[in-house]
Amino acid sequence: MRWMWIDTVVAYEPGRRLVAVKNVSLAEDHLHDHFPDQPIMPASLMVEGMAQTAGVLVGSCRGFKEKVILAKIGNVTLDSEVVPGQCIRYDARIERMDDAGASTVGTIERLDHRTGVWERIGTTEIVFSHIDQNRSGLAFPEENFVFGENFRTLLRGAGLDKAIAAAGG
Amino acid sequence: MAFNRQQIEEGVTEVLEEALGVDTEDVKPEATLTGDLGAESIDFLDISFRMEKKFSTPEKPFKIEQGELFPENMLQDPAMVQNGKVTDAGMALLRQKLPHIDFTTFDKDRNVKSLSEVFTVKSLCDFLERKLAK
Repeated sequence: MRWMWIDTVVAYEPGRRLVAVKNVSLAEDHLHDHFPDQPIMPASLMVEGMAQTAGVLVGSCRGFKEKVILAKIGNVTLDSEVVPGQCIRYDARIERMDDAGASTVGTIERLDHRTGVWERIGTTEIVFSHIDQNRSGLAFPEENFVFGENFRTLLRGAGLDKAIAAAGG
Repeated sequence: MAFNRQQIEEGVTEVLEEALGVDTEDVKPEATLTGDLGAESIDFLDISFRMEKKFSTPEKPFKIEQGELFPENMLQDPAMVQNGKVTDAGMALLRQKLPHIDFTTFDKDRNVKSLSEVFTVKSLCDFLERKLAK
């Protein structure tokens, strides 16, 4: 599960909102290079974490039948760093959705265990495309390669079995 | 609340600034979305969503149907496009589906690759003015 940038889902309001968390650990390989003397969670991977959070939310709206692809990252703000030992919370909401795709907004929060306080450190705007509805003449495989076993394991672990059943898993 | 032309033009300018990261002075009526403002296909979805949000009011939600503003999947149909050119049937359908667009220049060549050039800032404003008046 090397490319899962969320650890579990902590809140789910079907069709509206999904909240996921990620614990940042010094054992993660990428932190050894980013940076050798000062490990910091890369901002790009926090955007990926939000994209996974919001992508699962969008996919769940149609029982994971549609292939949901990240189409556009609009405005992103990120005001503070996240370091090992801290926890990131991705709070994603759907703003608009139709057959072509969905637009989402999100907030990124950081928990410092020493203070026990969640602090808002960023915002995102991410647009997703339902690629089967926007194929522009291209054919994509029938199977849903977007929501594979890793995502199903994540949802099962979070107790979202109904969503998995709807996805046929 | 109804929107007048000036409010529509201001709203469209804000939407294009947000969606495409362009400057206010670049958003001129004749500017094309793809050629002049650098929009790509996915930006059209983003622009549609942002316009819905911008022009919705609590009393009157504003919804743009897929294919209503931009032709999207229509051009995959071989009856509409042959050898890279839009057919007579295709032109008729474009005019019917997109009455806010001026196809005069496009009709001379009909090259499907230059179709995106018909979408200008003015055409967005015309579309909104027509639709919001309903």
